[in-house]
Amino acid sequence: MSTVTARPGPKRELLTLAIFALAILTMPIWLAPIGAGYPDILQKFAIFGIFAIGFNILFGFAGYLSFGHAAFLGAGSYAAVWAFKLFSLNAVFAIVFAIAVAGIFSLVIGYVSLRRSGIYFSILTLAFAQMSYNLAYSVLTPITNGETGLQLSGGDPRVLDRALFVTTSRLQPPDLFGIALQGWSGFYFCAVLLVIAFYVSMRIRHSAFGLTLLAIKSNQRRMGFTGFSAKPYLLTAFVISGMYAGLAGALLATTDPLAGADRMQWTASGEVVLMTILGGVGTLLGPVIGAALIKYLEQIFSSFNEALLHRTFDFLPGAADDVVTAIFAPFVGEGWQLTLGLMFMAIVIFLPGGIMEGVRRIAGASRRQRTGSSAAAREVGRRIPAE
Amino acid sequence: MDALILQVLNGLDKGGAYALIALGLTLIFGTLGVVNFAHGALFMLGAFCSVSFAKLLTISERVRDESVTFFEAYKEVPYLEIWWGETGKSIVDWAVPLSLLLTVPVMLLVGVAMERGLIRFFYKRSHAEQILVTFGLAIVLQEIVKSFFGANPIPLAAPAALSGSADIGSLVGLHGISYPLWRMIYFVFSLGVIGAVFAFLQLTTFGMVVRAGMADRETVGLLGINIGRRFTVVFGIAAVVAGLAGSMYTPILSPNYHLGMDFLVLSFVVVVVGGMGSLGGAVVAGFLLGILQSFASMTQVKAIIPGIDQIIIYLVAVVILLALPRGLMGRRGVMEA
Amino acid sequence: MSLLAIHGVNKRFGGLRALNDVNLSIKQGSVHAIIGPNGAGKSTLLNCLVGRIKPDEGRVDFDGRSLLGLEPQAINQAGVARVFQTPEIFPDLSVMENVMMPAFASKDGAFRIGLWRRVADRRDVEAEAEEILHDLNLWDQRDHHAGSMSRGDKRRLELAMCLVQHPRLLLLDEPTAGMSRADTNNTIDLLKKIAARGITKVIIEHDMHVVFSLADRVSVMAQGTVIAEGTPAEIKNDPRVQEAYLGGAHL
Repeated sequence: MSTVTARPGPKRELLTLAIFALAILTMPIWLAPIGAGYPDILQKFAIFGIFAIGFNILFGFAGYLSFGHAAFLGAGSYAAVWAFKLFSLNAVFAIVFAIAVAGIFSLVIGYVSLRRSGIYFSILTLAFAQMSYNLAYSVLTPITNGETGLQLSGGDPRVLDRALFVTTSRLQPPDLFGIALQGWSGFYFCAVLLVIAFYVSMRIRHSAFGLTLLAIKSNQRRMGFTGFSAKPYLLTAFVISGMYAGLAGALLATTDPLAGADRMQWTASGEVVLMTILGGVGTLLGPVIGAALIKYLEQIFSSFNEALLHRTFDFLPGAADDVVTAIFAPFVGEGWQLTLGLMFMAIVIFLPGGIMEGVRRIAGASRRQRTGSSAAAREVGRRIPAE
Repeated sequence: MDALILQVLNGLDKGGAYALIALGLTLIFGTLGVVNFAHGALFMLGAFCSVSFAKLLTISERVRDESVTFFEAYKEVPYLEIWWGETGKSIVDWAVPLSLLLTVPVMLLVGVAMERGLIRFFYKRSHAEQILVTFGLAIVLQEIVKSFFGANPIPLAAPAALSGSADIGSLVGLHGISYPLWRMIYFVFSLGVIGAVFAFLQLTTFGMVVRAGMADRETVGLLGINIGRRFTVVFGIAAVVAGLAGSMYTPILSPNYHLGMDFLVLSFVVVVVGGMGSLGGAVVAGFLLGILQSFASMTQVKAIIPGIDQIIIYLVAVVILLALPRGLMGRRGVMEA
Repeated sequence: MSLLAIHGVNKRFGGLRALNDVNLSIKQGSVHAIIGPNGAGKSTLLNCLVGRIKPDEGRVDFDGRSLLGLEPQAINQAGVARVFQTPEIFPDLSVMENVMMPAFASKDGAFRIGLWRRVADRRDVEAEAEEILHDLNLWDQRDHHAGSMSRGDKRRLELAMCLVQHPRLLLLDEPTAGMSRADTNNTIDLLKKIAARGITKVIIEHDMHVVFSLADRVSVMAQGTVIAEGTPAEIKNDPRVQEAYLGGAHL
């Protein structure tokens, strides 16, 4: 019987971390051939990777499907822009502030939502997110600046910068102790935070806390009779994932200092759910892969238009070119959302375990072929977080 | 007093729409055990059935505009008008009510295709997976509509005879309460559809089996009754109800492609407030929330609590879920979590 | 010395009187069986003990402290563990992890944010879990997926999950229900083996063979109340018991 190493020690963790960090930091090199070797998109991979990793702590580990996590992303963005305006253009301060605000916000919403479970929990979180979204557009306009979105302006007080005699020009973007966070330095800033976020989620997964979340997902009824209070564990997981979302929101605001309410819309909440399941719910690496893949496809599909399609297929004879172009046209450009929806359905229908499950199946099949043993077969079905 | 009555009236049409969508959601949830996040999209499809029907009726020919004499002007005249004169003209005018002729078969087809093609594979899967797959379907449906009809709202008019306001206040001895006629028609229409659904469930053998299934699915399965075919029909009915609701709502709110998403979230809230699995609860909560929302948008109320109109429904849902976990009329043991 | 004292417990469900003035005293270190026909209220009583149901009246004192109104986790933390009629385990975790969870609960309490410390570094918990797995012959299956075990093994696993907490009182709800005679005998041997640990046990059972092999004392319930109590030998010959069970036929 093959055994499962469910309790990896520090050595294995460090190895995983080293490989992960190497892969992330060299993305500009190995993603260049597929046209993703520029900072804007890689930055998005990293930011949404952080968002999805955090979401996975709640949905993947504890099994609670929140449909309102975009609210925390949006709250993080608003908080960060306010920190830029009021205190300092230094990103560190804004990020800490945004994480704190998102943490408090998620503590309140989580405390109420977690009084129910199952689909009721999903609907409660959805209701809260919609409330936040509607309020951001209406009454909270003084804080959110409504439809225009919250922006930096020359008249911002920036009290810390002034107190410390850091001179900031009128429309200067945020920085990190004087290092501008645009272009490549912006990407590396986000990438380092992604690596840290990944490591933290790995430690959580391997801790007693993480095991407790998995146990709650497996059989919550048993928890009380085993001597656990499930609620505080769930609330902690909720707040942690809210803080991850806050961090991601702050990074969005750092790389582009503008915060709008559409970041809180429930379609945005749906997107992070898709990222997580596409990559593999409950796995450590899956959410990162899912987030990158969605953002990559979004970029590719929405940049295509009919003319570009024609050029792509012009090796085909005249009529065939038109036919193929007509077939693909609804799915590209404006039609990216349609492709997204179809992908969403396809993943849930055919591969609910996501890409990581697919990789595991292929690996399992090839291992069986090599050894010819059927003993391994039983273990394949098990969802072990891949490292 | 007059203002209060007017607010109640204002809430009735919206409440009717909520009630109809929530009714279908509850029916699907209660019998099939499926959480259908694509139900709002069905409402939206119904609305676009009306749009398509109206477009179909107004296929026009360019003819010389005789009224303009000093240069050559052309105008579009619908073929119906050219062929049948005044009769044709009034058919075009009555496009929205007549479009129900298209909505019913189309929505029935959509519902049956959806159940056979997708939903039935998800009976045994988790609620989370049902939510996710129907959420994906909702996106697909609305994007398809967007690619055909564009992103802008498409205004449709109620028939001229029904588009005015009625001084309904005089009926009850109050004066000065005038109310758009079409909204009243929508309210009556929604009551009619609700009545028809309830009558179907109460009076037919088929309905009896469905109700038994909602009460105890396993037992009905054990009785050797072919549940599968009935599920398809139930889903078809729910789709038609949502479609009718959307179709008739077009003169009140010009439909756009994301209409469904807007109504879906609210309708789920309605279902939860009414109590999961309770058909009566869905109807009562639908009207209640519609009226409540209309009260919340009164300027006097907004002056006291700014922004309340934006969040009132969600707020009610949160309070109900926490205080009355089973909703207003939910039964014990149905979907408790 | 009585570890668990139940005084005048009543519970009604609508018009049905499920528990009617139940009085019971469980001695420290004893194995106390509760028997009775179906619907006698045995499981309801057990549910009152672990906080699943709140009785309408009466007192339940554990070691001088009332258990009424406590959350299930507080009752467990006080030292009461329960094996359910249908095994309640964590099907998605490995066997080892299933046993480690309750060990964490008894070591760290009902809630502790241990976000950083690795499970792999908790040798204290691992050692306890390993010992129990050896004791209950589950060691070979330690890395299996608990959900794929046989029903008998799941039951054994649940017993291990309770024992790893070193409970002061162990409640067993029909530990041999649905088992073959051979499995039943294995379970009896197992329970005898753990009896040596001195854990006070309350066993609800239908099978007289199990009851008479294990129990020091037996209480008989019928129609929501205790109708007789005594040593197994006394109970065997009590006409009231035969009446309740078999309508007079000899046991």
